[in-house]
Amino acid sequence: MRRAALIAVPYFWLLVLFLVPFIIVFKISLSDAALAIPPYTPTLRDGIAAMFAEFDFENFVFLTEDDLYWKAYLSSLRIALLSTFLTLLVGYPIAYGMARAPEEWRPTLMMLVILPFWTSFLIRVYAWMGILSNEGLLNQLLIWLGLIGEPLQMLNTNFAVYVGIVYTYLPFMILPIYAALDRMDGSLIEAAEDLGCSRLQAFWLVTIPLSRNGIIAGSFLVFIPALGEFVIPSLLGGSGTLMIGKVLWEEFFNNRDWPVASAVAVILLLILVIPIVLFQRNQQKQAEAEQ
Amino acid sequence: MSQNVFAPWDDPNAKPLIRFQNVTKRFGEFVAIDDLTLDIFEQEFFALLGPSGCGKTTMMRMLAGFENISAGRIELSGQDIGKVPPNKRAVNMMFQSYALFPHLSVWENIAFGLKRDRKSKEQIDARVAEMLKLTRLEKFAHRKPHQISGGQRQRVALARSLAKAPKLLLLDEPLGALDKKLRQDTQFELMDIQEQTGTTFVIVTHDQEEAMTVASRVAVMDEGRIIQVATPSAIYEYPNSVYVADFIGDVNIIEGKAKPAGEELFHLEWAEGRAPVKAASQQPFSEGQTAHLAIRPEKIRISTEKPEEAVNLFEGKVLDIAYLGNLSTYHVELPSGQVIKAQTANTRRLARRDITWEDPVWISWSATAGVMLDR
Repeated sequence: MRRAALIAVPYFWLLVLFLVPFIIVFKISLSDAALAIPPYTPTLRDGIAAMFAEFDFENFVFLTEDDLYWKAYLSSLRIALLSTFLTLLVGYPIAYGMARAPEEWRPTLMMLVILPFWTSFLIRVYAWMGILSNEGLLNQLLIWLGLIGEPLQMLNTNFAVYVGIVYTYLPFMILPIYAALDRMDGSLIEAAEDLGCSRLQAFWLVTIPLSRNGIIAGSFLVFIPALGEFVIPSLLGGSGTLMIGKVLWEEFFNNRDWPVASAVAVILLLILVIPIVLFQRNQQKQAEAEQ
Repeated sequence: MSQNVFAPWDDPNAKPLIRFQNVTKRFGEFVAIDDLTLDIFEQEFFALLGPSGCGKTTMMRMLAGFENISAGRIELSGQDIGKVPPNKRAVNMMFQSYALFPHLSVWENIAFGLKRDRKSKEQIDARVAEMLKLTRLEKFAHRKPHQISGGQRQRVALARSLAKAPKLLLLDEPLGALDKKLRQDTQFELMDIQEQTGTTFVIVTHDQEEAMTVASRVAVMDEGRIIQVATPSAIYEYPNSVYVADFIGDVNIIEGKAKPAGEELFHLEWAEGRAPVKAASQQPFSEGQTAHLAIRPEKIRISTEKPEEAVNLFEGKVLDIAYLGNLSTYHVELPSGQVIKAQTANTRRLARRDITWEDPVWISWSATAGVMLDR
């Protein structure tokens, strides 16, 4: 009885905060746009039978007809994949350094990684606008150093989007990798060297495989939110930056075409379900291996 | 008869496999190894024994190449290995934690070092199979380290470190994580394997029983120095200092002033108004020199009746009895307040034991039972 109640809590949570909203969005995606409040038809006011009769997959078909959408999905996937990889490249050495740092420094280093969360995400992205703009700090520095004569166009490019994503999601990459490396027994590296490995070989053959779960967890934690990211591309990216989160926002608020926007959201969710399921599998395997 | 005894350390022409020459290791201000000189010979089973922090692990890590030496020289087969990195030394180590790679199977763990040598697949297969057979692990080849027992893990670690056929195998507290019964069995297994492979073993341990059981020679260490190097029996019977006598096994120490009393015979004045202790010693002591007589409890006789003749005979009272099953140790208090431990084998059942607490007893020992030490 108590067990059932305990299990019911997360399921109830999932039902109210995920399944019900999803069903609502899905229902809207099957509707047609209309000049009304809410801006789609049919609604429950038309009666349940009539409502179901008028549902169709028109909006999903529309998404395949206009190449804007699949291009946006593809571009989002590319940006998310590349920025996940870049985050890994930046995050792994930081996590490695933290795990190798003297014991008494570690809490401080951990604090420094988490510290940016104490400020609003939006303010931090705005700060990057100040750094990357044509009159921004970075351009001024480069000109002052004499490296460039003209300011570089950095803001409103894909470059700025990558900077923004890597910066924002870096802690999500560092923390799981750090946790994996921290648990690792230092004598394993010595054993590898003792058995004939160079430092680099020992790193590839022992450290990387043993931090694999941390790498996978960190990558998913970055990839999943980066795929649907909306704030960073709209603030830092330019007109050339095509990301599905931005398209979604424009459909909702500029076009006021809720049904198409909902269809975009449903497809995005389906794309995300795949990595989420993979992520869950990985977590489960990890839990089993530790038993 | 004596030509078959394995004792290269007594042979002045024997070439040592390992030679420590005035080796010093400092960690900042702390001197971990203090001007240490030591030879270890091929096929030896050499034990480094000492309390924690005595430098024994540092010595082993210097042999493996994980610690640089601050001064002096370490030779392996006549070659200075001070600058050789660990992956280039013909030395392998079995770690205290075993350090098995958790992501690799038993087979892959044992093959790990062989693969680094770019051996052919057939050679690796054959060598791993040989190692699995040697350590009786054939059935577990495809298990992961977390799927086998502690004793099996210990054998995997041994097989892995032996796979590359090193000139020297270092064992850092190899049996520390096993329970007592398993540890005793494994000690004999280790000795068998050492004999079969002919590899030189250097073992680090704080367990004196373990060192005595497995080793051909034992080095007793304290504060970065070697106090005595000798065979287990010599260490036990002829300790060179009170420290060694006290560290190895149980011992009674009687302190007093020496007084020559004939050829290689001394009287030890140990308490005001009592008969001196008579002891033989080849080491000369001058009149009035402070000497310590170290005497093992099992060499002291205890009886309820006064023995007819005894070189050293004292009367006392039983203060305590430590019953160990096969043995009993009696703590006998002499009138001077000194407590002497005497040990006897329990050849009779407990109920028929004739000595009990508070009993007046006689303890006696011969002149050659103990060792006279000057420090």
